[in-house]
Amino acid sequence: MSDTPVLEARGLTKRFPGVLANDQVNLTLMKGEVHALLGENGAGKTTLMNMIYGFYHPTEGEILVNGQPARMESPNEAIAKGIGMVHQHFMLIPVMSVTENIMLGLGETRGFEVKIPEALRRVLRVVLALIFLLFIFVFFQAKVYWAALLILAALVLGSLVLLPLLRRMDRINVAKRVRELSESYNLAIDPDDIIKDLSVGIQQRVEIIKALYRNADILILDEPTAVLTPQETEEFFVTIRNLQDQGTSIIFISHKLKEVLAIADRITVLRDGRNVGTVLPEEATEASLAEMMVGRTVILQVDKSKAHPGDVVLEVKDLRVEDERGQIAVDGLSLEVRAGEILGIAGVQGNGQRELVEGLTGLRPIVSGEVRIDNKESTHLLPRKISEIGVAHIPEDREKHGLVMGYSVADNLVLNRYYQAPYARGPVLDHNQIASNGQALVEKFDVRTPSVETLAGNLSGGNKQKVIVAREFSRPVKLLIANQPTRGIDVGSIEFIHNQIVDQRDSGSAVLLVSAELDEILSLADRVAVMFEGRIVKTLPIEEATRERVGLLMAGVDA
Amino acid sequence: MNESQAPKSSFRERFLRPLVVPVLAILTSLIVVAIIIIITAENPLIGLEKVGTGYWGIIDGALLSPRGLVNTLVATAPLILTGIAVAIPFHAGLFNIGAEGQFMIGALLGTVVGIYIDLPPVIHIIVTILAGITGGVIWGLIPGVLRAWLGSHEVINTIMLNFIAIALTNMIIRNYIKDPNPSTVQSLPLLETAQLARIPFPGVASSRLHLGFFIAVLVAIAAWYFLYKTTWGFSLRTTGLNPDAAKYAGIRPKWQYVLSFMIAGGIAGLAGIMEVQGLPRVLPVGFNAGYGFTAIAVSLLALNNPLAVIPAALIFGLLTVGGDYLQIRAGLSVHIVSIFRALILLFVAAPEIVRYIYRIKVKPEEAEGVPIPRTRWGS
Repeated sequence: MSDTPVLEARGLTKRFPGVLANDQVNLTLMKGEVHALLGENGAGKTTLMNMIYGFYHPTEGEILVNGQPARMESPNEAIAKGIGMVHQHFMLIPVMSVTENIMLGLGETRGFEVKIPEALRRVLRVVLALIFLLFIFVFFQAKVYWAALLILAALVLGSLVLLPLLRRMDRINVAKRVRELSESYNLAIDPDDIIKDLSVGIQQRVEIIKALYRNADILILDEPTAVLTPQETEEFFVTIRNLQDQGTSIIFISHKLKEVLAIADRITVLRDGRNVGTVLPEEATEASLAEMMVGRTVILQVDKSKAHPGDVVLEVKDLRVEDERGQIAVDGLSLEVRAGEILGIAGVQGNGQRELVEGLTGLRPIVSGEVRIDNKESTHLLPRKISEIGVAHIPEDREKHGLVMGYSVADNLVLNRYYQAPYARGPVLDHNQIASNGQALVEKFDVRTPSVETLAGNLSGGNKQKVIVAREFSRPVKLLIANQPTRGIDVGSIEFIHNQIVDQRDSGSAVLLVSAELDEILSLADRVAVMFEGRIVKTLPIEEATRERVGLLMAGVDA
Repeated sequence: MNESQAPKSSFRERFLRPLVVPVLAILTSLIVVAIIIIITAENPLIGLEKVGTGYWGIIDGALLSPRGLVNTLVATAPLILTGIAVAIPFHAGLFNIGAEGQFMIGALLGTVVGIYIDLPPVIHIIVTILAGITGGVIWGLIPGVLRAWLGSHEVINTIMLNFIAIALTNMIIRNYIKDPNPSTVQSLPLLETAQLARIPFPGVASSRLHLGFFIAVLVAIAAWYFLYKTTWGFSLRTTGLNPDAAKYAGIRPKWQYVLSFMIAGGIAGLAGIMEVQGLPRVLPVGFNAGYGFTAIAVSLLALNNPLAVIPAALIFGLLTVGGDYLQIRAGLSVHIVSIFRALILLFVAAPEIVRYIYRIKVKPEEAEGVPIPRTRWGS
C-alpha cells in the first residue's frame, strides 16, 4: 500500500433545508482496503456516498482522489475518476442480457461511423430551429406548398444531424471483455444470460462487473448483503477478497455488525451525520460498535425468561400452497404453535416461507390441508376474518403489504380496523378517533415522526416497521405471525421490536416467527423449526438448536 | 438523506400548493392560444385586438350576461357528473375512458322509461332518473367485472364500449322509439311527468336552467364525502394507492374495482338522463356531445378531487359556451376552444412542462403530480 489514500474526504458537510445531513466528516480509503461505513438509518451514510459519487455537492469540505482535489459534478465524472457504485436496489433492466446491461450508456460501437464536424452540426441545429419557426408561421397561414417544402428540408437536414447517432452496438467485444473480467476477478457469469433469470446474488455480480468494466478501482457497495441469503453472503465475501487482491479499494456500507467485523480492514461509524470514530475490527466487538452507532449501550442479547407454553393456538396439517408460477411451494407442511411460546422458522429464503405465511393469513389460496386457529377450522377464511379472530401479521415486505405510503401515519395505524368502532360509526369514519389513536400509538411505540399527519412514505425504514408493529400489537392478539420483522432496519429499532415480540409471548400470544437471520431465530425462539423445500425438516427445542446443527438442517441435511 | 421532513399540514400546504399546477396550466394555455391567434391573424396588431375582444367575449358573454351564465351552468352540469365518473375510478387505480358510453346508455334507458311507463308526476321523474342510473351502472359493470376477474384492461374495454353504446343508442332510436314525424331523427318526447322542471332565472326570458345543475353539485359533495369520510371510500382509496396492502388489510381489491366502476357508471348515466329530461326532452340520434371525454380533462384539472371538479367543470362549461362568443365577437373559429381545451389537458397531465416553464421546485415525493393510475396488463 502506498501512503497516499486513493480517496479522501476532508471535512465534508452537507446541509439540506432544516437538516444537517453530514457534519465535518473525514474519511480515508487506502489502496486495496475494505473500509466499512457503519451507521443507523438516517445517520448520513447514503448522503456521504452520494457526495462522493457526484449526486450531491458538498456544502463544505473537499474530496481528494489519489491526492488530487476532485470536484464531481455528476456520477459520470465520478466514474471517469475510477469510482463505481453498486446501489442497494440494482439498476439493471430485467429483460436485457448481462452484456446489454453493461453496455448501457457506454456507446460501445463498431463498424461504420459518420463523422460530422461539430461546427457544422451547430449550424445545422440553428437552421433546423429556424425552419421549425418558419413552418409554424406558414402552417397557420395555410400555405400548403411552402409547408411541404419546409418539412422536406427539415427531414434532409435532420437526418444529417442524426446520422452520427446511427451506429452498430458492439455486443461481441463487450461480451469478450466481460468474460475476461469475470475470469480475472473470479466472478462466474455468463454474458448472454438474461437478467431476470438470474438470482439476486448473481445480479449483484453483474452490477460489480458493470463498475469494473468502467475501470472502477474504488467500489462503493451500498448495503450489499441486505438482499442476499447467508450462502450468497459467503460467496459475496469471497468476491470481495478477490477484488481486494487485485487492488480494488472498497467502501462497504452496512448496519450488520457481524458482517462488518468479518470483512472490513477498518470501520468508520457515523452517527447523526458525524464521524464518531474509525476503529480496527480487532479492537472492536459487536457491542462496542452498536454502542458507537446508537450512542448508548445496546443489549444485543434479548432478555427473556423461559416460556410457559399453554394450549395449542395454531395447528397446521399437511398444508400445500402454490407460488406465483403455480409450483407447489409449501408441500405437506405440519406444525403447531402454543400460547406463550415463540416458534422460529429458520431456513434459506425461497423455501416456501413466504407462501406459508401468506397461506396462513389468507392472502394466498390454500391448495389442500388444514389450518386450525384457536381450535376452530380456519383453512379458507378471508384475510379480514383471520385478522378478526385475533391474528396479527407483520408482513415480509413492509412497503408492499404493510403500509400505504400515500396515507398518513394515523390512517396506516388503523389500516385493518378502520371499519370498526370506534374508528367508524356505521360507514362514517371518525377522523378524530383515528387521529387520537395515532397520537397514542406513536407515543407508546416511539415512532419518530413529525406528526401523525405525516405520510408513511416519508418515515425511515425502522419507523415504518414500528408503525406496523404498533398497529398489529395494539389490539388483542392470539396469534402473531411475524415474517422478517427486522429486515433492513437499524439496531435501535431491532432491539425495540424484539422486546415487543417477547412481551407478546409473555402476555400469552402464540408467536410464529419467520426469519432469514439465524441470529434472530436463535435469540428469540423457544423452539426452532427448520424449513427446507416446503417442509419442516426438523423441530428442535432452543437448547439443542446450535448454529451448526440448524445450518446443516437449512441445507436439507438431517444429521 | 434518510430523515423525513415534516410536511406542514397548514392551509398553504393543503389548499394552495395543489392549486399551483392547475392554475398555471390554464394561464399557460391562455398564453399559447393567444400566440396562435396572433400569428394566424392578418397582422399581429389585429391579432392582439382579436385576443382582447375574444377573451373578453368569453367572460362577458358566457359569464356576465344572465343568458350566458344560464347556458354555462347548463353546460357545466353534465361535466361535473361525468368528471366525477372519471375521478372515482382514478381513486381506485383505474382509468375510466367510458363515461361517454355510460352517459349514452343512461340516457337511452331513462328515455325509454320516460316515454313508455305512465306514472304520477314526481314519481315518474324519480323512476326515470333511476332507470338512467341503472343504465350507466350496467355499462360500468361490464369493464369493472372484466378487469377484476379476467384482468382485461379497462382502458381498452371502456373505449370499445363507448362505440357500442353510441351505435346501440342510435340503432334503438331509429328502429324502436323514433318519433313518427319523418322530418326528424329522434325519439318520441318524454311524457310531461318525466320532464325535469325548468328554473326561472332573473333577466332571462325562457330559462334553460333545470334542476340538473343543482343535483350535480349535490352529487359532487356526496362523492367527496363518500371518498374521504366513509369506510367505503377508505377501502376504495386504499385499493388505488396500494392493492397489495389493501388485500393485507382485508379489503378485496376486485370488489373495489367493480364498485368504483358501478358508481362511476351510475353517475355518468345520471348525467345522460338529466340531459334528456332537462333540455330537449327527446333523445336525438347523435346525442353524444363528448362530455365523457371532456370529463377526463375535468377530472385531471381537479386533481381527481370531487369538490374541485365543480370549478374545473365550470371552466370547461365556460369554454363550451364561450366558443360561440369567440366567433361572434372576434370572428375567430370555434375550434380555438378545442385547442384551448387540449392544451389544458396537456399541461395538467404533464405537470413537468408547467414546472419547467415556471421553474417550480418540487420535493421528490410530490414529483408525481396528478395520480394517473399505472395499471398493468393482466394483473
